[in-house]
Amino acid sequence: MRGSGALARLFRGRGNGGASARGNMLTILFDGIAYGMLLFVLACGLSVTLGLMNFINLAHGAFAMAGGYCTVIVVNRLGVPFALGLPIAFLVTAIIGGLFERTLYVHVYAKPHLDQVLFTIGLVFMSVAATDYVMGSSQQFVQIPEALQGQFNVFGIGMGKYRLLIIAVCGLLTIALQLMLTKTRFGSRLRAAVDDQRVARGLGINVGAVFAVTFAFGSGLAGLGGALGAEILGLDPTFPLKYMIYFLIVVTVGGTSSITGPFLASILLGIGDVAGKYYVPKLGAFVIYAIMIAVLLWRPQGLFARSTAR
Amino acid sequence: MTPLADDVAAYLKRRARWSPLEIAFWIFAFATIWLFPGKYLIMKDTAILALFALSLDLILGYAGILSLGQAAFFGIAGYFSGLIAKYGIINEPVIALILGGLVAAALGFVTSFLVLRGSDLTRLMVTLGVSLMLGEVANRYSDITGGADGLQGVTVAPIFGLFRFDLYGHNGYVYCLIVLFVCFVIARRIVYSPFGLSLRAVKGNSLRAAAIGIPVKWRLVAMYTISAGFAGIAGALLTQTTAFCSLDVFSLDRSADLLLVLIIGGTGYLYGGLIGAVIYRFLQDWISTLTPQYWQFWIGLVLVVIVLVGRDRIGAANEAVRNTISRLWMWLMPRAAALRGAAPDGT
Repeated sequence: MRGSGALARLFRGRGNGGASARGNMLTILFDGIAYGMLLFVLACGLSVTLGLMNFINLAHGAFAMAGGYCTVIVVNRLGVPFALGLPIAFLVTAIIGGLFERTLYVHVYAKPHLDQVLFTIGLVFMSVAATDYVMGSSQQFVQIPEALQGQFNVFGIGMGKYRLLIIAVCGLLTIALQLMLTKTRFGSRLRAAVDDQRVARGLGINVGAVFAVTFAFGSGLAGLGGALGAEILGLDPTFPLKYMIYFLIVVTVGGTSSITGPFLASILLGIGDVAGKYYVPKLGAFVIYAIMIAVLLWRPQGLFARSTAR
Repeated sequence: MTPLADDVAAYLKRRARWSPLEIAFWIFAFATIWLFPGKYLIMKDTAILALFALSLDLILGYAGILSLGQAAFFGIAGYFSGLIAKYGIINEPVIALILGGLVAAALGFVTSFLVLRGSDLTRLMVTLGVSLMLGEVANRYSDITGGADGLQGVTVAPIFGLFRFDLYGHNGYVYCLIVLFVCFVIARRIVYSPFGLSLRAVKGNSLRAAAIGIPVKWRLVAMYTISAGFAGIAGALLTQTTAFCSLDVFSLDRSADLLLVLIIGGTGYLYGGLIGAVIYRFLQDWISTLTPQYWQFWIGLVLVVIVLVGRDRIGAANEAVRNTISRLWMWLMPRAAALRGAAPDGT
């Protein structure tokens, strides 16, 4: 419930004996950044789909869960190496996402927000029950290689190896995404479509195709995030419900007009959540929700949104 | 009065008249007390769910505000009424119920200012955020609320000191049904009043509504507050009739299910919540006997199918059925009267 399992895992095996208060704080910062980067990879697909089609997709977490379970099956049962399991999770989820987009989501874009919410919540319920049916309701663990377990100790700051890997992978992904968005032809098409769909269509950009590709790619990223994050966030059938609010916070606070907004929002959220749960554990996620509401009151379009007329 | 004002007043009166179908609905609703004596517990839950859905209909169907946080009001009144009963501050259930509604309405009034800003998604997040925050608070102060174990040891005094909440749920069901009816009558009065009409205008086009002099913001605040009050009464009813209150009153599932209930029944004609609650309960009961663990899957499927088929089409079918029945009634009534030898009044 409420990610307290995730909290326990977050601090698992971390003895604070002898660590100075400052080192401790830096460790929290480090963990928060790892957590935030993970959240970014999980949620950035959602932010693009929301910005592009003004579509509220509450089922985004279901794709992340699919990626996580895919890794569990491939790595634990089939014995594929972990390093290969991640790209497989990406591909499988991207294919699932693409299929869903073409067959189901297409029909819902033009409908009002209420319909979109109902539709995607329905998908969440179905995915939760279906996963429970197929994989059982207990928590799953991905077997990560020996080499990634344990932690380095740099100047009294404990840095988990696995978290370092997460930061490296997510950091590289973020840079790649930013380059793709700003330097490639597809990126400029996508940006044009987000800025003004009608004009983009008028210029001959096939917005539907751009959207389908983006949706599949975003789902794939969510799957990859789910696979990477299974160790930290915990993986069980209620995953899409448990983390839905986190993805939505990233998107609403970060705004949908760029990927830097959601990125900064994810990092803030990650650090805030880890620090909040460490320093005021009894309040749980209260701090996060309070900050979110305050931000949304202050800037309803998101913290980092450009003030557009949309 | 000018003739025009007379016309308008007469029209409004005609619109607000109770149709025979509605009367039949309520007669049947009260007849269930004697018709299904073994089903009190599930019927009681249905009545509470119906009241809760009615509260959502008021803001979604009449004010057009998409909310995923109606559980906040349900939960706060639930805990409030549980606590005042547990510590014996106010023992009379009816007064506690009204107070619970008022507390929820106060929360609704305060949060309405948050909700009225921003787009649909922002509203969704803020409403959801408020209910999750309350859930965290209830979890934090577990010495008062009982935390994850729920609020235990609630003893509810007999209603008016006369009717005890019995084990079979008979009095509890009658109590819920009466409260539901009273709330429904109030809601009906509200939506058929000029105030309700102005809300319809706001929902249709808030810019034009403002242009003809409707204070859009305050109308929405008022409706949000009223709706929160109804949701609170539903929450207090649940606590009183089960003598228990747990953290899941604030959960997202509750708000999401509620949305489903209302969508099944249809929005914007008040009976949607009631009919939806009945259908939903039967559906849930039926599916969970088939697959106890995986009923959520089928509920999700229902949602997806409803959206893909189109709510408007389902609504149209629903309306067609209602129209046919009322036309049939209009056709039957004069004839029945003629049979009895009384002159048909020709209306």
